[in-house]
Amino acid sequence: MRRRNFLGTTAALSGLGLLVACAPGSDGGGGDSEAPAPAADEVDTDVAALGDITLVVWDQEVRGAQNDAIEALLGAFKEKYPNVTVERNSQSFDDLQQQTGLALSGNEVPDVLQVNNARGDMGSFVADGLLTDLSGYAEAYGWTDRFAPSVLSKMSYSEDGVTFGEGNLYGIAQTGEVCGIYYSQKKLDALDLEAPTSWDEVFSLVEAAAEADELPINLGNLDQWPALHVFGPLQANFVDAETIVTLGMGNAGADWTSDDNLAALTQLSDWGSSGALGDSPNGLAYDDAWPLYTEGKGVLLIGGSWLGPDMEAVMGEDLRFMAPPPGADGTVATTGGTGIPFSIPAAAKNPAAAAAFIDFITSDDAMAMIAENGGMPVNRTAELAPDSGVNKDIYEAFDTVSTEGTLLPYLDYATPSFADTAGATLQELIGGQTDPAGAAEALQEDYGEFTEGS
Amino acid sequence: MESRSTGGPPADGPPEGHPGTSLGSRRGRPSAVARSPLTPYLFILPAFLVYGAFALYPLGRAAQFSLFEWKGFGPSTFVGLGNYMDLAGDEDFRRAIVNALVLIVFYSVIPLVVGLVLAAILRRGQVRGMGFFRTVIFLPQVIALVVVAVAWRQIYSPYGLLNDVLRTVGLDVLTRGWLGDPGTALAAVGFIGTWVQMGLVMLLLLSGMSRIPAELFEAARLDGAGAIKEFFAITLPAVRGEITVALVLTIIAALKTFDLVYMTTSGGPGNTTTVPSFEVYFRAFELRTVGSASAVAIVLTALIFVINVGVTRIGERES
Repeated sequence: MRRRNFLGTTAALSGLGLLVACAPGSDGGGGDSEAPAPAADEVDTDVAALGDITLVVWDQEVRGAQNDAIEALLGAFKEKYPNVTVERNSQSFDDLQQQTGLALSGNEVPDVLQVNNARGDMGSFVADGLLTDLSGYAEAYGWTDRFAPSVLSKMSYSEDGVTFGEGNLYGIAQTGEVCGIYYSQKKLDALDLEAPTSWDEVFSLVEAAAEADELPINLGNLDQWPALHVFGPLQANFVDAETIVTLGMGNAGADWTSDDNLAALTQLSDWGSSGALGDSPNGLAYDDAWPLYTEGKGVLLIGGSWLGPDMEAVMGEDLRFMAPPPGADGTVATTGGTGIPFSIPAAAKNPAAAAAFIDFITSDDAMAMIAENGGMPVNRTAELAPDSGVNKDIYEAFDTVSTEGTLLPYLDYATPSFADTAGATLQELIGGQTDPAGAAEALQEDYGEFTEGS
Repeated sequence: MESRSTGGPPADGPPEGHPGTSLGSRRGRPSAVARSPLTPYLFILPAFLVYGAFALYPLGRAAQFSLFEWKGFGPSTFVGLGNYMDLAGDEDFRRAIVNALVLIVFYSVIPLVVGLVLAAILRRGQVRGMGFFRTVIFLPQVIALVVVAVAWRQIYSPYGLLNDVLRTVGLDVLTRGWLGDPGTALAAVGFIGTWVQMGLVMLLLLSGMSRIPAELFEAARLDGAGAIKEFFAITLPAVRGEITVALVLTIIAALKTFDLVYMTTSGGPGNTTTVPSFEVYFRAFELRTVGSASAVAIVLTALIFVINVGVTRIGERES
């Protein structure tokens, strides 16, 4: 009996707590308030005249080269503006991403904050008016000339957060990344082949490698997302860049079930069923796969530029990187983008100093400092490329894509649930649990539901 | 748990329900404070406050969140039971629940059956170095699950140990990426659970069996009982309590599995290995639908509660 009483009391107490507690989120700031959007002539660029201020910066540049670069930049900024004390708070990407919503709507809002540009993050914050529109600053500081349009589009949303890729600017980034094709020079020599200059040559290279009993493409897709970095470049061979951008940014007007998308999905499915991606890519983890590549498992590896330095440490000059061959519309288009953009919260106390800081860490000089510290700067990339090694290939590839071609968005930007939908669907496509038509339908369902709903 | 003490408390132990009356106070009359019916509650008050602040309050808040549509920041909309209604038609959620139930087989049933047999054998034969084996069997419980998951991910890899062994013995047809094949992924994850829980179950059962007086077995043997008869007539009934505890612990572990799935398959291939806890994480932090995530969490809590009340009731009634 006693236990029952106790349970009853407990239930009553929690019930009481339920009634007393206020509705979630209602005590936070932010909300429907109008986000600040200063025009270019209202922008104050004279930071030295602001007096002694403290600038609070939250970033996720914690890894080796990133951290070195930002520390060097902070030192230089302090020299230039002795009146500004920068208070830096850095944490891992995942930690920061999960706190961003709270940080933006709380009472102690940072002045500068790195906000992931996906719809689920930056998009929803823009819709809630939590971020400052930087268009005025961009004009005053000349960011529009500094950055390539396909780079700036990755941080642009319409004011209501509905359209991604155009409209107002809500952040700018320092570094770049690009998905391309790694190849082993020795393996190509052994196969008596050259680096492919067209997608047809890629396809025949894959066949030749398979005939020679080599694993054509190394892929570890247990984690679900790696296949997106293979499919992204591949899709550009079948679908024009503009359509992919529309699909990838989750804007209305495209269709996953179109013939060209089906052709792209069919190619991936064929690679999966023919063993071109290995016997069981879905059973191999991403971080177990690329070390196997350095040990000679695989002729090609299609993936992100961030793998280069680690793989080069093992493979040396054997490792090469190239942007994918020109795609459906004749220019190079591949998945890629920028590091996480720096934004100014709507409730920031020192927006003027924040903008000056962002300008400083993305200036031409800053790009050189980033390169010196081992990162890949988003601007002046070809100019700052090292003399040799895989990073030379990577810098040049990024420069070609960002200036002459199109940096396609990561496909998972499209809708808040698209990372899961696309990851699971491509996995099933490669594993043969679904066919290209079924995959196209699954992708269209998510994309269509989102674009029609918004 | 009072009704479980049918064997009676040790003769000199304090009477249950009056933790204040120790051996010493038995000599004189207990004071008025000690006799007050409220006194026991005073004793649990400090623990209850901590429990309330860190378990009951969050639970209540989660229940409240589940009635709202909320992104985790900004304004929220009251939707009543809408989130729960959505779950009813949500295929991912249903799959997660079914998977969790399948995992119970791997986490609870298999370790229990195998553990019972092994423990009974170990009890009969006087194995040398028993302490050593017990430690080895219990070891998986001590290792952080994230480490366990990473190790098993390597074992299950297409180029991993399991496939190497299969190839060595000529079973090439069976080799595959175990975690990447929809037919084997859930079983592969489940088997890691079996491996982890086996030690705990064995240890519980062994300690239970060691308490059975040897005379009982002697008597049974004189009556002509064989090893199997002995097991069902004496060993099994004697460890009912331990079986109940083992089931409760392992079923909870099965239903709230998160780290194993997160670190090995992230719910894949496709959605074949998703589990309720993973759905909670995914909905709260990836989709930013805190209301829906809370609803899943509440349903999961209720499920764990109901199943375990059932297990405990059956355990109590039969003993």
